[in-house]
Amino acid sequence: MGSSQSTSEEVRELVGKTGFSSDQIEQLHRRFKQLSGNQLTIRNLRKAPTGLADEINFEDFLTIMSYFRPIETNMDEEQLEHCRKEKLRFLFHMYDSDSDGRITLEEYRNVVEELLSGNPHIEKESARSIADGAMMEAASVCVGQMQPDQVYEGITFDDFLKIWQGIDIETKMHVRFLNMETIALCH
Amino acid sequence: MLPATLPLLGMPLSGAGAGVADGAAGESVLPPAGLALLRWQWHEVEAPYLVAVWILVASLAKIVFHLSRKVTSVVPESCLLILLGLVLGGIVLAVAKKAEYQLEPGTFFLFLLPPIVLDSGYFMPSRLFFDNLGAILTYAVVGTLWNSFTTGAALWGIQQAGLMAPTVRAGLLDFLLFGSLISAVDPVAVLAVFEEVHVNETLFIIVFGESLLNDAVTVVLYKVYNSFVEMGSVNVQAIDYVKGVASLFVVSLGGAAVGLVFAFLLALTTRFTKRVRIIEPLLVFLLAYAAYLTAEMASLSAILAVTMCGVGCKKYVEANISHKSRTAVKYTMKTLASCAETVIFMLLGISAVDSSKWAWDTGLVLGTLFFILLFRALGVVLQTWVLNQFRLVPLDKIDQVVMSYGGLRGAVAFALVILLDKTKVPAKDYFVATTIVVVFFTVIVQGLTIKPLVKWLKVKRSDHHKPTLNQELHEHTFDHILAAVEDVVGHHGYHYWRDRWEQFDKKYLSQLLMRRSAYRIRDQIWDVYYKLNIRDAISFVDQGGHVLSSSGLTLPSMPSRNSAAETSVTNLLRESGSGACLDLQVIDTVRSGKDREDAIMHHLLSGGLYKPRRRYKASCSRHFISEDAQARQDKEVFQQNMKRRLESFKSTKHNVCLSKSKLRLRKAGRKKDGSADKDTPNGKPHRASNLPDTAAVILAVESEEESDSSETEKEDDEGIVFVARATNEVFREHKVPGSMEVCPSPRIIPPSPTCAEKELPWKSGQGDLAVYVSSETTKIVPVDMQTGWNQSISSLESLASPPCAQAALRAAHPLACAPPRGDELRDPLAALVTPSPEPHAGFTFAPSLAKAGRSRSESSADAPEQQELQPLMAPEDRGCLSPGTANARWLIQFNRAGRL
Repeated sequence: MGSSQSTSEEVRELVGKTGFSSDQIEQLHRRFKQLSGNQLTIRNLRKAPTGLADEINFEDFLTIMSYFRPIETNMDEEQLEHCRKEKLRFLFHMYDSDSDGRITLEEYRNVVEELLSGNPHIEKESARSIADGAMMEAASVCVGQMQPDQVYEGITFDDFLKIWQGIDIETKMHVRFLNMETIALCH
Repeated sequence: MLPATLPLLGMPLSGAGAGVADGAAGESVLPPAGLALLRWQWHEVEAPYLVAVWILVASLAKIVFHLSRKVTSVVPESCLLILLGLVLGGIVLAVAKKAEYQLEPGTFFLFLLPPIVLDSGYFMPSRLFFDNLGAILTYAVVGTLWNSFTTGAALWGIQQAGLMAPTVRAGLLDFLLFGSLISAVDPVAVLAVFEEVHVNETLFIIVFGESLLNDAVTVVLYKVYNSFVEMGSVNVQAIDYVKGVASLFVVSLGGAAVGLVFAFLLALTTRFTKRVRIIEPLLVFLLAYAAYLTAEMASLSAILAVTMCGVGCKKYVEANISHKSRTAVKYTMKTLASCAETVIFMLLGISAVDSSKWAWDTGLVLGTLFFILLFRALGVVLQTWVLNQFRLVPLDKIDQVVMSYGGLRGAVAFALVILLDKTKVPAKDYFVATTIVVVFFTVIVQGLTIKPLVKWLKVKRSDHHKPTLNQELHEHTFDHILAAVEDVVGHHGYHYWRDRWEQFDKKYLSQLLMRRSAYRIRDQIWDVYYKLNIRDAISFVDQGGHVLSSSGLTLPSMPSRNSAAETSVTNLLRESGSGACLDLQVIDTVRSGKDREDAIMHHLLSGGLYKPRRRYKASCSRHFISEDAQARQDKEVFQQNMKRRLESFKSTKHNVCLSKSKLRLRKAGRKKDGSADKDTPNGKPHRASNLPDTAAVILAVESEEESDSSETEKEDDEGIVFVARATNEVFREHKVPGSMEVCPSPRIIPPSPTCAEKELPWKSGQGDLAVYVSSETTKIVPVDMQTGWNQSISSLESLASPPCAQAALRAAHPLACAPPRGDELRDPLAALVTPSPEPHAGFTFAPSLAKAGRSRSESSADAPEQQELQPLMAPEDRGCLSPGTANARWLIQFNRAGRL
């Protein structure tokens, strides 16, 4: 099959890197090939703004997917915290589209607009106001009392962590990865 | 399956009161000697009277318990109630010499249980419930089956081993029957205890969901065994076993289906209650109860039915019914449930006193206690082990301990055991005694110890923090991401299907079941936003206008919210909601007296102007709740405060109203079927651009009332609305572009109009004054634009002396200036309607200006400006226009003007 399967060495390396089992890697690889049309990389079809990768190879694919791995039961506090941080960092980058380390209002608005675009009855304006409100809230959570002339630039990663404080990200951000051959059923 | 014919609570008062009551009842039998001046008719009122007294006693007991915080923090209320019941029962027994007032199964199942189940179903956190549905179902179905079989079989085993008295005459089937009724975890008991314990929500929903859903299994097992016992074990054919298994599916799925059908009906009905708001809460209860009774009638699982009804209808019903109805439903439901729960526990205690139904067998009692604990724990561990193979977030050991220990038995078991037929089940008395002991043990001992246990084990508690907008947003984003990742991975799991369901719901179900006005606004994110806004505003008002933390905030690159699209006259008219509207915005002036005037108007309004009412009609309607004048005034003052608060909250929040008004606008547009709404192109788009900052909070607060129950509101509640507005040309020229946002708008008080005022040559302006007051109070608002306009125009003409500055201005801005004349008014009107093509992007507040403006507007000592308004003001009003005091007089003034 693919290059990764031909050498078990490579698979082992990926296992170490991403924490998937080799079964899962094989599954994902199959899926990857399905998505890429048997190419080595998946092209980014969307005309996206700059800063996005044009194509990703299987390893990238795996790395992304590994963010969604469920947490291991035998992790200790520190690992959990690390895992949580990693997951949040991934999320943060999804918001932070220009990857300048800040979620600016503009970026936040885009997200919210996308989020609400499914509801035709909520206009862009309200989406924006929601984003604005959320930004205000974030600012008040993270900075506290602000001076009137103080300007809140955007949510930094630390602020982001603060916002997520109450939410168990580690119990939510995961997707089931299969060990067995069931992917075919989905198609 | 249950005998539906039971007297309500066929029993007299408790304790000494009972004696009196009985004596009185005895007297009333005497033949009447002549015309009695006063007749004692105890028997006629006996049943309802007793019910009322019981509930009263229970409620009083509850009050007493809660007097001491110390006691209730240690002892669960259910324990206390049971103990109280025991005491009361003992007194009754001592007085009446016979045990009375038992917990009757019919009463229990038909009247006491439904409110509790409805309450728990309706307020079930549905997201959590469905997230854990797999686990819940496993525990409910497999767990209950396992418990009943093992317990029954084990009891039979110890009987065979000779550990029970020979008087316990029961076969394997009897024990299995007993096992089935004793094994089910009881929703009432679980809820009563777990609500006080506050374990983490996953754990709670699993235990609680199990207790609700296992009803179906319990009912089926109970029925099947009961009929087997009645048939006699020899007559049971193989086909009967098959039927028994089949009935499990029929009963559970049937019950759920009944519930969903009624949920659908309920949602659909509430969609059309716009004009009869008052019966909305009733509908909720009636249809849910109908679901319960229907399921009971068809011998399906009634608990399941009413649970599903509650879970299914909530989203739509909440969206459809008015805010007040929502509160009513919530409180009534909680009250009923709490009453029922209290009465159940108390009656349980009382029933236990009746020793005539008891037959004690130590072996049976101890054996049952031991086995239910053992098998519960065993079952939980086994099932959790299996579940953890599939669960992404495994349940750990501590969770399992709490789950095993939280398996409380309650009144359902008791009611079922009372229902046994003594002729068919000879060991009924033993079973009754054992059930009572088990129930008491689980509720009292386990209920008492579970709190310390949870503490000791350091079970993850639920932390109740207020929902934040960010959190809601993130979680929604998160759902989408997860669904997408599942899609990428190619495994269509839970998130995928949930996403699918939401799409379906949005596309079809919500459209069908939600009122149009509701599904427009109803979105979870929006909802949270809305609630937070209100909460903020309320806390702001509570703090007496103290500026909140985030108010002083400036966000960079905050684009303007001009968007003239949603500002139109319609819009304006709609916002004013209940009265004619005089529109000054058509008067477009640059640096004229108009501007100053507008500014003054805003200061006036910001002073907490109370809308005068023309008619105060004494209304007493059974169908509509009308607020009294005080409440109305309070509300409006509250809204005024909100407005001021908003202004300090700066631009962000202004958008609320944008969207709201847009909604409204749409509605109006729809009603008028595409009249002057958006179709009038005009060359002056920017004119409308400072309109949108209408009072966001007003809308937020009133939206329900205004948009939904507008009919009722409007009819008796119309006021004169003043609308004034300065043009943005002024601000464009003389202000930092950013402060555009804060320029005056009809209803919101400009955050810092003073910025403009400072720079504008106010003082040099001539003192011509035209405050236009429309006295029209007819309902022109959304219905007919044209009439509305004619009316306001005529009032313009009659009231206002055309300012002289206008002529000059008209030359400069032919379209912009708005002479108070009908024909020329149309143009600016059209201009208002025109959507603005270019948004003013990317400006910031000039912070210092904003600050200054805020401080000024807060102090609201706008003395210089006020003087300009003298023509309308009573002379003594000069300079004393503090928001609170001046209102009344202003009202009068305006009112008088309005009647000219």
